[in-house]
Amino acid sequence: MISVTNVTDAAVIRAFAGIPALLDRTPALIVRGRFLDCECLIGPISHPFHASIRQGRIVDLTPAPVLMRSWRFSYRASPAAWAEHWKAAPRPGFHDLLALTKRGDAVLEGDLHPFIANLQYFKDVLALPRQNFVMVAP
Amino acid sequence: MNGAIEALVGRYVHVDIDGEMHRIYFEESGAGIPLVCLHTAGADNRQWRHLLADEEFSKNFRIIAFDMPWHGKSNPPANWDGSEYQLTTARYTQTIRAFCQALRLDKPVVMGCSIGGRIVLNLAIDHAAEFRALIGLEAADFQAPWYDTTWLNRPDVHGGEVCAALVSGLIAPQSPASSRMETLWGYKQGGPGVFKGDLYFYRVDGDLRGRVEQIDTKVCPLFLLTGEYDFSCTPEDTKRTAAAISGARVTIMEQLGHFPMSENPAQFRRYIAPVLGEILTQST
Repeated sequence: MISVTNVTDAAVIRAFAGIPALLDRTPALIVRGRFLDCECLIGPISHPFHASIRQGRIVDLTPAPVLMRSWRFSYRASPAAWAEHWKAAPRPGFHDLLALTKRGDAVLEGDLHPFIANLQYFKDVLALPRQNFVMVAP
Repeated sequence: MNGAIEALVGRYVHVDIDGEMHRIYFEESGAGIPLVCLHTAGADNRQWRHLLADEEFSKNFRIIAFDMPWHGKSNPPANWDGSEYQLTTARYTQTIRAFCQALRLDKPVVMGCSIGGRIVLNLAIDHAAEFRALIGLEAADFQAPWYDTTWLNRPDVHGGEVCAALVSGLIAPQSPASSRMETLWGYKQGGPGVFKGDLYFYRVDGDLRGRVEQIDTKVCPLFLLTGEYDFSCTPEDTKRTAAAISGARVTIMEQLGHFPMSENPAQFRRYIAPVLGEILTQST
């Protein structure tokens, strides 16, 4: 039997894997991040991805762990929080990355400078799956 | 409509605040009961432009929104030496009272949002008899911090961008895109360190826990309205505050966040119209 939790986890992981392609189709967002080169760890708490960002594009997205791969900051949230965040109208408290950290459904760690200096970029990039997120059994 | 001119007018009034003269910019419309509106931290009076343009409200209220010193078109005072701006409870209270006195307002209603909502509580504690009614939007005696304010003013982070990006999450997802962008535009235009300086009042100096119990709503009615999407001043923060104040009226506003008057003026109107109607009824 496939549990709701597993379905959510799988859908969120699948959605994250699709973010680089969604970003490539959003040139205004790439322009917003054009000064950003960064290694970061993003995604579901237990299944994050190493993201390599160059001039605003995600040029590599690889599931963690990767042996001795470094990152500057990490933003990870529970799969249930991502699933709610990507609804067209998320419930209060699930509608913003920092709302999620305040309520304890997400963790923000490491050197926060690239995250804060490009905050709206990261908010918009990590909201990209909202346009087509669906939870279906794999 | 091309060529339409709005009814509101903007002027400057010279206000003595604690012995120093300030040139304060304000906009107003309508006639009747004075209704003074206080903008949020790091913003300016443009947040209230839809309320000032409301033809129904302006029939019975003289709606006034001013820019705090250092904000919008109210410059810092002439004696400012460039040192770090920090708003305190005492200074904020003095500024509001001095502005009302300079305009010779007769028992105005004061409505403030965010830091404006917090200072409304302080007005209710210490100066209730001067006011006809007090309205706190996104107001609480205290709320838990959710970011480090040192990010707001440092040379390696763009101040306007980070201020706007931080508060962008406080706007409800249902708010119209144009109103969202306009609200954030105000945050992108604040002077360096001004938002951070306002938050000194909010985070450090203006903790009113243990004091709001002194508020006597029989002297001055108190209305508290908070948006359900405000995770800075949450509905729970407002309800906890109101629970300590006998007679305080609380409304939780659906599909609104921390900037109700600017992020979704039509939705906000549904909630503020009955409050202003009640104040009008009690005043006539």
